[in-house]
Amino acid sequence: MTAISHHPDASTLLSYAAGSLTEPLAAVVAVHLDMCSQCRAEVARLDDVGGALLESLPPVPVNGPRPGLSLDSLRHRPAVEQPRPVARRGHNGPSPALLKLAGCELADIKWRWLAPGVWHKPLPLSPGVTGDLRLFKVGPGQTMPDHGHGGAELTLLVDGAYRDEVGLFMAGDVADLDETVEHQPVADPHMGCICLIASERKARYKSLLARLYQPFTGL
Amino acid sequence: MPPRITAARTTSAGPMTDLLHRVAERGDTAAFRDLFEHYAPRIKSFMMRQGADPATAEELAQETLLTVWRKAALYSGDKGSAATWIFTIARNLRIDRLRREVPWQELPRGHEEEPSCDPSPAEQLLGDEETARIRTALGDLPHDQMEVVQLSFIEGLSHSEIAERLALPMGTVKSRMRLAYQKLRSAVEDPS
Repeated sequence: MTAISHHPDASTLLSYAAGSLTEPLAAVVAVHLDMCSQCRAEVARLDDVGGALLESLPPVPVNGPRPGLSLDSLRHRPAVEQPRPVARRGHNGPSPALLKLAGCELADIKWRWLAPGVWHKPLPLSPGVTGDLRLFKVGPGQTMPDHGHGGAELTLLVDGAYRDEVGLFMAGDVADLDETVEHQPVADPHMGCICLIASERKARYKSLLARLYQPFTGL
Repeated sequence: MPPRITAARTTSAGPMTDLLHRVAERGDTAAFRDLFEHYAPRIKSFMMRQGADPATAEELAQETLLTVWRKAALYSGDKGSAATWIFTIARNLRIDRLRREVPWQELPRGHEEEPSCDPSPAEQLLGDEETARIRTALGDLPHDQMEVVQLSFIEGLSHSEIAERLALPMGTVKSRMRLAYQKLRSAVEDPS
């Protein structure tokens, strides 16, 4: 097991704990947290910031527990919800958050062809959410489709590895790049890679091939 | 439910966290009522700042406390103070609700709130004490750093929405958040 060496930026984790990260980006962070105990600890600390801010808010009167919530009815507490089995695993196991997003095991994903050596699987977002969340499968030695950074974007290496100007990214690593960074990831020459990419805006994949196929893939 | 056998805590985790422990361990309704009275009005306040109308905010505050009651048995001291645990429940309910219902009201621009700074008792330990220490550290943040933390946690704005609201480059918003977090983190790690 290799240690995770690329983590989301502190400002991204802060926004996640605040519940203010847009849905596609929050999905990527959730998968990373399944794989990274260090960032789980950071987010727990940031939850404390939320607790402290909640304590500081001036109270607004409420009408007491609603009728269905009388203290009498509470005495008969429903069967205690049991804790779910601890689902977090080391980053060699599948992330529960990822299974939920993909709707199936990685091996069962029905990939769509995007360009030679590149397949993708768009993932659903809640109605009204802008942005883009999708899995990419890139063949050994293939270049990731270039899509220009417009707005915030997060890439998580799910499986395999890729290398770019920033360094080597392996399972669990997150590229939380400034929008000004131009990079051209190349999948590992032996393993290729699977990654989860979230964009705050609708993604525009602009490699010549991607552009050529845009009318057919809806990208 | 039969009382769970737990080692008696010899130290207090602070009044609020002690209440939550009583609800968690014994289903103590009096303790729950006190938690309700303290947190429901603050959660309503939180939801209104996030853009909920008063009726929705009230409903979400009720739902948050009901969830606290239902899930109390899952609470343990390692989940943080009562304030932290209840915040995470409120935050998650808000996210779920936003995903189901898009039209929350738009807040007026320039809407800004400073937290009230009522001092917390110094004798608190563990749970509540950590929350209090962070409150102090929040109070010590420079205004520009506190502002981005507030806009993020209390108003629910994303990085780009904060950048737009404050007419700042995104990089500035992020670096203010990083600085704020470093200070808050060291306040928790090295209490002075």
